Amino acid sequence: MERSLTHIALFAALIAVLGLVPRVDLAAGVPITAQSLGIMLCGTVLGAKRGALAVLLFLLLVALGLPLLSGGRGGLGVFVGPSAGFLIGFPVAAFVAGWVMERTTLPAFWAAAAGAVIGGIGVLYVFGITGMAIVLDKTMSEAALLGLAFLPGDVIKAVVAGLVTQAIARARPAALLARA
Amino acid sequence: MLTLTSPVDTPLHRLRAGHKLGALAVFTFGLFWVSAPLVLSVALLVVAGLYLAAGRRFSLHGLHMLRPLWPFVVVVALWHLWLKDPASGATIIMRMVTAVAAANLVTMTTRLSDMIGVLERLARPLAPVLPPRRLALAIALVIRFIPVLSERAAQLAQAWRARSGKAPRWRLFAPVALAALDDAETAAEALRARGGAG
Repeated sequence: MERSLTHIALFAALIAVLGLVPRVDLAAGVPITAQSLGIMLCGTVLGAKRGALAVLLFLLLVALGLPLLSGGRGGLGVFVGPSAGFLIGFPVAAFVAGWVMERTTLPAFWAAAAGAVIGGIGVLYVFGITGMAIVLDKTMSEAALLGLAFLPGDVIKAVVAGLVTQAIARARPAALLARA
Repeated sequence: MLTLTSPVDTPLHRLRAGHKLGALAVFTFGLFWVSAPLVLSVALLVVAGLYLAAGRRFSLHGLHMLRPLWPFVVVVALWHLWLKDPASGATIIMRMVTAVAAANLVTMTTRLSDMIGVLERLARPLAPVLPPRRLALAIALVIRFIPVLSERAAQLAQAWRARSGKAPRWRLFAPVALAALDDAETAAEALRARGGAG
């Protein structure tokens, strides 16, 4: 009970910290924020249910008015802006990533990277693109064109999510709750 | 930790948080049903007026919070100029800016403690599944551990630079995630030792 609670809270904090890290240069000349990496890790490390709850807790703090989204954004405004769909998709993305991690017997890297791609990119983009289509009053394909800008960064993040999950599986096999 | 509540005191700060959130919900819902440019510009003027009434510093802070919208404003504006349909482009931009500015206004004029008060009332029906004390504890844990974890991340980055001279890039993420997992275990033990999470 306490273990679930503290893991959910600590990973909500981790999402915030990864958003505060000001633009980590992942590869030379590709500056991206690591916040969506945090979303992927919630699923691949904590598993579907706890991962989704950690993301929900994080979003709750954002809605209460803490500037925890990357770039110091936060408050209620972000939930009606053009990126709102991505925020609503975050918990679902973590859930799907965790589900893939739990239900497959692939090695940690492949399971986590696949989960991050399916959840953190596939599912998340459906929500995000729908949100942009509604707020900007565009068709789905026009909105998808705008969303493509984020794709290269997110593919890199999915690979990193796989590497980080693999590192945790090696260093603390018992702490990888998605596989516990 | 800093919140987005404005330190500039305005009459809006003294309104009940629940009332502000209710009014915001109705206003936002209405905004997405209206497409008459005249009505939208009145709504935008009303919101802008509320900001301006609170003074220059408050208004500038409000403008600063709208900054992430500019890329979208530019894209929509160019798109509709290219389609030779500036009127509907203006409608979309006005609606988006008004909705976000109104929501930010509520955030900027409501203290965190009042927001948590509203949350406690809203979460009351969930009590059998999610005891209010547990939710409050989870929120407190996140707020407490954000500075702890970011301090840890900074130390790990320094240690890395001391050894290699290069920036750690993505290699920092695994140790930071491990630190979060270890802190979670320790905090769970500490909670159990103090009578559990309730």
